[in-house]
Amino acid sequence: MTEFVFWFVAALTIMSAAFVVLNNQLIYSAVALLFTLFGIAGLYVFLWADFIAGIQILVYVGGILVLVIFGIMLTNKIRSVRISHKSIQQGVGGVVTFWFFIFLFIALSKAPWAVSTAVEPNGTVREIGILLLTDFLLPFEIISVLLLGALIGAAVLSRGEA
Amino acid sequence: MITLPLLILFLPLVSFIILIFFGKKLPRQGDWIAVGSIVTTFFFAVYLFIQMILTYEPGFSHGASFSWIDLDAFKIDLGILVDNLTIIMLLIVTLVSSCTHIFSLEYMKGDIRYSRYYAYLGLFTFSMNGIVLADNLISMYMSWELVGVSSYLLIGHWFEKDSAADASKKAFLTNRVGDIGFFIGIMLLYTAIGSFAFGPIFESIAIGDSIAGLTLTLAGLGIFMGAVGKSSQFPLHIWLPDAMEGPTPVSALMHAATMVAAGVYMSVRLFPIFTPDALLVIAYIGAITAILAALIAITQNDIKKVLAYSTVSQLGFMILAVGTGVYTAAFFHLLTHAMFKANLFYCSGSVIHSMHHALHEAHDHKTDPQDMRNMGGFKEKMPITYVSMLVSTLAIAGVPFFSGFLSKDAILAGALAFGQHHPEHFLLPIFGFGAAALTAFYMFRLIFMTFHGKPNMKDIFKDIHESPKEMTGPIVLLGTLSFFIFYTLPYYNPISDHGWFTDLIVPQTSAVPGSMTANEIAEHSHHAHYLAMGLSIAVATIGILLAVLMYLKNIISAKNLSKRFGFLYDWSLNKFYFDENYNRFLYQPFLRLSETVSWLDWEFYDKYFINGFGRVTNLFSKLSGRVDYEGIDQGLVDGLGRISGAAGENLRKIQTGRLQNYLLYVVAGILIIIIVQAF
Amino acid sequence: MHSLDSYLFISAMLFCLGLFGVITRRNAIAVLMGVELILNAANINFVAFSKFNGMNLDGHIFGLLVIVLAAAEAAVALAIIINIYNNMNTINVDDAAGLKQ
Repeated sequence: MTEFVFWFVAALTIMSAAFVVLNNQLIYSAVALLFTLFGIAGLYVFLWADFIAGIQILVYVGGILVLVIFGIMLTNKIRSVRISHKSIQQGVGGVVTFWFFIFLFIALSKAPWAVSTAVEPNGTVREIGILLLTDFLLPFEIISVLLLGALIGAAVLSRGEA
Repeated sequence: MITLPLLILFLPLVSFIILIFFGKKLPRQGDWIAVGSIVTTFFFAVYLFIQMILTYEPGFSHGASFSWIDLDAFKIDLGILVDNLTIIMLLIVTLVSSCTHIFSLEYMKGDIRYSRYYAYLGLFTFSMNGIVLADNLISMYMSWELVGVSSYLLIGHWFEKDSAADASKKAFLTNRVGDIGFFIGIMLLYTAIGSFAFGPIFESIAIGDSIAGLTLTLAGLGIFMGAVGKSSQFPLHIWLPDAMEGPTPVSALMHAATMVAAGVYMSVRLFPIFTPDALLVIAYIGAITAILAALIAITQNDIKKVLAYSTVSQLGFMILAVGTGVYTAAFFHLLTHAMFKANLFYCSGSVIHSMHHALHEAHDHKTDPQDMRNMGGFKEKMPITYVSMLVSTLAIAGVPFFSGFLSKDAILAGALAFGQHHPEHFLLPIFGFGAAALTAFYMFRLIFMTFHGKPNMKDIFKDIHESPKEMTGPIVLLGTLSFFIFYTLPYYNPISDHGWFTDLIVPQTSAVPGSMTANEIAEHSHHAHYLAMGLSIAVATIGILLAVLMYLKNIISAKNLSKRFGFLYDWSLNKFYFDENYNRFLYQPFLRLSETVSWLDWEFYDKYFINGFGRVTNLFSKLSGRVDYEGIDQGLVDGLGRISGAAGENLRKIQTGRLQNYLLYVVAGILIIIIVQAF
Repeated sequence: MHSLDSYLFISAMLFCLGLFGVITRRNAIAVLMGVELILNAANINFVAFSKFNGMNLDGHIFGLLVIVLAAAEAAVALAIIINIYNNMNTINVDDAAGLKQ
């Protein structure tokens, strides 16, 4: 049962991702991206990463995707849902990407991954919190500074000519 | 004994070299160098002559030689030979040359090539002395050629005149024809005997094992051909009358006294090698020349032409004497002829000079100053010239008390003796005496037409005057030497040639075995002597009488005679059409032959063969050029440039400026690197 | 059984699709979407390795940091895009070809 669901979620994710990159209509791409992100969150759940799954949906879908849609709206003269942009060099890009995928596939299937089993934890939130403020304090602080910088930068950039 | 002859030989050469290079820059154009050197050699020659008289040794002979080429198979020694013959010849050459130099001081004054004229005179004197002093055939031949060159240069002195340029070429080329024979003769002797020097040659012929018979005759005749050319004998006599285009002093020196006498001298020197057959041919050639030239001279109107033909005729006499064996007489006549013929030329030069001045005064440039029909009655105006010329004319005509009588008489005696002993050759004395008669006739005709009678051009006659002393000096000197006395000392007999000359010049026996010895010849001619003397006086008288009747007293009209014998007159006046016939039968066919050969060479050989080479080369070079230009230059070199350009153009397109393209390249690059690493 | 390989396979696919999108799309925002896909693929990798290595939570932390970074970057990128749109009136990436030779 879980198998089936797993592969269903995986297929959903991948097909939505394909839709994102192949479709000419921007809004459709954005919606497909939504589905992709949801699918990825589902995969996180399968990976016992409950906290990450939650954060994924909150930040990615709720924040970034909304921002993307705002961007779409602001940079096009929207009259209808039909905002089409053609793609370029699909042929060569497709070939190169395909072969890249082949390479990756071969590499990952051949590589001797050091795998060890684990027990399903009760929840990861507590552990992540502890880790953030003990082992990973420095990255945590740096990331906050980065966020501050991004905030200021975005604000400056979008101010326009005052 | 050899220093003086060597000095005599080389002083004129030094004068030539100085004058040819520096002549124009010297004061008076250097004529004093030439005159000085020649007169010095004359004094040296006089000294030698006095020595000869004092020692009075008939067999005197002195020689010196040095080895010029010495390879084992081939040796040539050059040297000089001095004997009585040489000394007398040196005296003649230096005397006449000095007179010419002094005479030319006045005659050639103001000439445009004054210094070159004297330079060439020096060259000529050097080469003439070279012939005289030679003791072997090679140095004689070398000097022989040099004399020819000097003659060419001097005859063509006024080369702006076409006639002078042509005459000088004719003289040189005709001489060359004779010299071919000379050289063949020399080579025949050399291949048989192995030496060029006279002594060894005479000895070898006398022994008779190396060369004899027909070969020796041919060798002798070959060598004699040189004399035929140089001394203007029939059939190569055509150049001497034309050589009168040169200045008169040159005519006196070369074409009267010395150069033309070289042939006679050579025949005398080489007398021992002539076989009796060769001598016979020589005698006939001499006799034919004598009578032929005399026949032409009687109708000529140009004063110098008369003298020229007279010279040819007298040379014929000398050659006749060599041929009949009385070679002392031949050399004697050479000596006397040199004196009086040179004098005759100088006197004619004096007359022509005077005519030039008179015509110039009258601004007449068309009249020929040398034509005797324009002269007449000059004897009061030019007394010195007249007397001197008269003396020399008496000498050449063979009148007793004058030098010419003695020598001509000796020759005619020899011819008569020969005719007596070989009655089949009766023509020889007949031609001889005939020529003597004609000589007397035409020489007196010259005197009467020029100096006697009424002047033919009255308007210029008043300006005729005697010449200055530079010209009259030599005239007086040589006129004096035309008397008999100088040749018969220490004897005073005017009709016998016995004197220092005949004592010192001993006739040589021919080296050819079986010839008549000199004594036999002398005896024969002695027998015929009185008969010959009588005959020669008779013919001379007849000739002079005829001239008096026709030209002095005008009893017989020359004009009527010439009309009655129109055909003969025509032939004589036009020199028997020798030149015209030579032209028609010799020159023109040869010119046509060379035209044909030239056409073959030009149209066939050059056009097809040589030009073919050119075309092939052209083709090849065009091909090579194309390979180079189109192939290498445009293909390789430009190609490299084009490749670079194209590569640049195309590679430029990578830089699209689009980020996504760059990203693609990155990914592709990674892929490629990985694939390469995997393999 | 969903082993590590299957997750890696999925993330590889997502990565390539994202790469394709970046290389190919002309609209700047579409390119941004491709970039998000790539980042997500990497995230899946981190979390998958974390689970299959004895539940080492380092992977989770890293994934968190990646998400934060992605958010910051998306914000700044959109700000830039909007600026470009205001200045050049187009967000076609071809028109921003100032590096073209």
